[in-house]
Amino acid sequence: MTDTLTPVLSDTWDAQRPWTLPAYRDAGGYQALDTALEMEPSAVIDLVKESGLRGRGGAGFPTGMKWGFIPQDPEKSGGDKPKYLVVNADESEPGTCKDIPLMMANPHVLVEGVIISSYAIRANHAFIYVRGEVLHVVRRLQQAVREAYRAGHLGTDIHGSGYDLQVTVHAGAGAYICGEETALLDSLEGLRGQPRLRPPFPAVAGLYAAPTVINNVESIASVVPIVKNGAEWFASMGTEKSKGMTLYSLSGHVARPGQFEAPLGVTLRQLLDLAGGVRAGHRLKFWTPGGSSTPILTDEHLDVPLDYEAVGAAGSMLGTKALQIFDETTCVVRAVLRWTEFYKHESCGKCTPCREGTWWLVQTLARLEAGRGSEQDLETLLDQCDNILGRAFCALGDGATSPITSSIQYFRGEYLAHLEQGGCPFDPAASTLFAREAAMA
Amino acid sequence: MTEAVDGARFDEKTYAELQEIVARYPQPRSALLPMLHLVQSVEGRVTARGIETCASILGISAADVSGVATFYTMYKRRPVGDYHVGVCTNTLCAVMGGDEIFERLKDHLGVGNDETTADEGTGKTITLEHLECNAACDYAPVMMVNWEFMDNMTPGSATDLVDDLRAGKQVRSTRGPRVCSWREAERILAGFPDDRADEGPAGGPPTMLGLQIARENGWTAPDPQRQPQPGQDAAEQREPGPTQKQATEDAGTPEAEGDVAVDEAPVERKGGKGSAEADGKDASR
Repeated sequence: MTDTLTPVLSDTWDAQRPWTLPAYRDAGGYQALDTALEMEPSAVIDLVKESGLRGRGGAGFPTGMKWGFIPQDPEKSGGDKPKYLVVNADESEPGTCKDIPLMMANPHVLVEGVIISSYAIRANHAFIYVRGEVLHVVRRLQQAVREAYRAGHLGTDIHGSGYDLQVTVHAGAGAYICGEETALLDSLEGLRGQPRLRPPFPAVAGLYAAPTVINNVESIASVVPIVKNGAEWFASMGTEKSKGMTLYSLSGHVARPGQFEAPLGVTLRQLLDLAGGVRAGHRLKFWTPGGSSTPILTDEHLDVPLDYEAVGAAGSMLGTKALQIFDETTCVVRAVLRWTEFYKHESCGKCTPCREGTWWLVQTLARLEAGRGSEQDLETLLDQCDNILGRAFCALGDGATSPITSSIQYFRGEYLAHLEQGGCPFDPAASTLFAREAAMA
Repeated sequence: MTEAVDGARFDEKTYAELQEIVARYPQPRSALLPMLHLVQSVEGRVTARGIETCASILGISAADVSGVATFYTMYKRRPVGDYHVGVCTNTLCAVMGGDEIFERLKDHLGVGNDETTADEGTGKTITLEHLECNAACDYAPVMMVNWEFMDNMTPGSATDLVDDLRAGKQVRSTRGPRVCSWREAERILAGFPDDRADEGPAGGPPTMLGLQIARENGWTAPDPQRQPQPGQDAAEQREPGPTQKQATEDAGTPEAEGDVAVDEAPVERKGGKGSAEADGKDASR
């Protein structure tokens, strides 16, 4: 039996100045790189395949398989083009807050992961696309890359292997959609960040129409301990199809919110126990397993193993493991309206179902939240969702429907209560963390 | 462009830096986002001059550059104050108090969303804006000053913060460095770092919480030297003792303790009915 928490990526965070190269080296940093450079690139891909690592950015696609799609044979189509690795560090999904603290505390594990992963797919230029709104994280990444160049971990003839790699830290400029991998590529090419039609997939025609792998920060960082400790070691954590450890982020109405690195398959009940439970005197009402785009769950789902399969079977998605906890003081209609306003604001405008649909959703929801409209509006809402889900160009539109359909499924009565009372039955001050200060003001 | 270009080119240094950004990329146009950050650091916003200069360096039209500059929320067409103050009003922060903080600040500063306080000649100006999720939900309600984290805010601490900023006092991020000016921040985003990367801790208490609990309980990842062989019970292979780690001031980690009873609640396994989307796209986006 594995321990309840298994700090691996977070294991160095309590060291002295863990973001610096000397601290990272003291903790065994850049040793995995030597191991990888002694292997054939294709053997590194095989190792990651064997480990069972799945993408930590939300979709859970097997990382090694994604790498395997990169054409390697220079004789074959695409094989002669340059290859690129792009790290998706555009963490913006509401509730998601794992990559930012990881890069703040230990940017070098990402840099080492970038080098190993780039070597595996035979890329000589890698990009870390980090959202622009996190200045100190950008600083720490820039410094880590600079340190890695100076120490010979980046540049030409890395560790005497003959392998060359350039890494560029690229700050975004504020657009949730750029977390969608093809929109990220357009943004990195200096365009408006709008998703691309697939196929061709990025593995064939990605950045500059060349074969490209795009992976989440945590996925790339996880490659380092896999190379260091082996695929079996990684696969000894987690569940049958969801292997390894991962970062769970607990936020909202919990006694002690924070980051928990645990084997995949831990339950919310276990994590809540560690976090001291829902805030004193209150009880769990609803939660997201992996950000606002994953359908909400309730206290019925406390014992669902938080892995890709079980959360899917419970009607949601593991997503980014962003566990946002809301207690009974929270109005679900208000929460969902705010998320919907977010999707409306962030819709890139490329496709009609999402561009127009999110506006319609906000109008209908706002009317319901204000206690106007009728029960028929719920059917209208579901119909609008039905016209967006699966018809939008990318997953943003699909994500916009998740909170609406799931909240109507579990809390239809609360929507109706708004109509019966002619407005919101909740006191918004009661759900704040400073209810006392507000009452006195 | 209808807006008059004031004729003057950027100074030599800025022009050289814009070209330096271009040199970082295999294809020039990739430089556009950081170039616009640099324009903002010089101009205090995206100006017509900035747009024209980027266009001419990249060999694209001013309309192309404008189209990009208007797509991203961090690019501003109106002058930004010395401090850009953001309040997260996405669902979680809003519910936890972000809405109330934003209302209080609008009232306190006498400005609306995306507006700047008047320069009274006595101190610094502030541009107020409500933000979408800034990836710090475990510190809700969250504010940002020039894109530095201000964690666990209240209406009271928020008004104190903006008062300090307006009075020109040096303000620190709650888990980061001394706050620089908005223009200096934009310069860093353009890829020209300052010397503050080592300021501030590795993270605040929520960042460290899981690690701290693991240390207290002696919980670790499996020992790679003692991997169970196929067919053997993993539990037999478990190392009894925890790994002792150096606690640090910044992290405030308590000493790791010896064997504490480990909660080994069995993980219920559900049938593998739902298979995750395997289409290579970020399902959550």
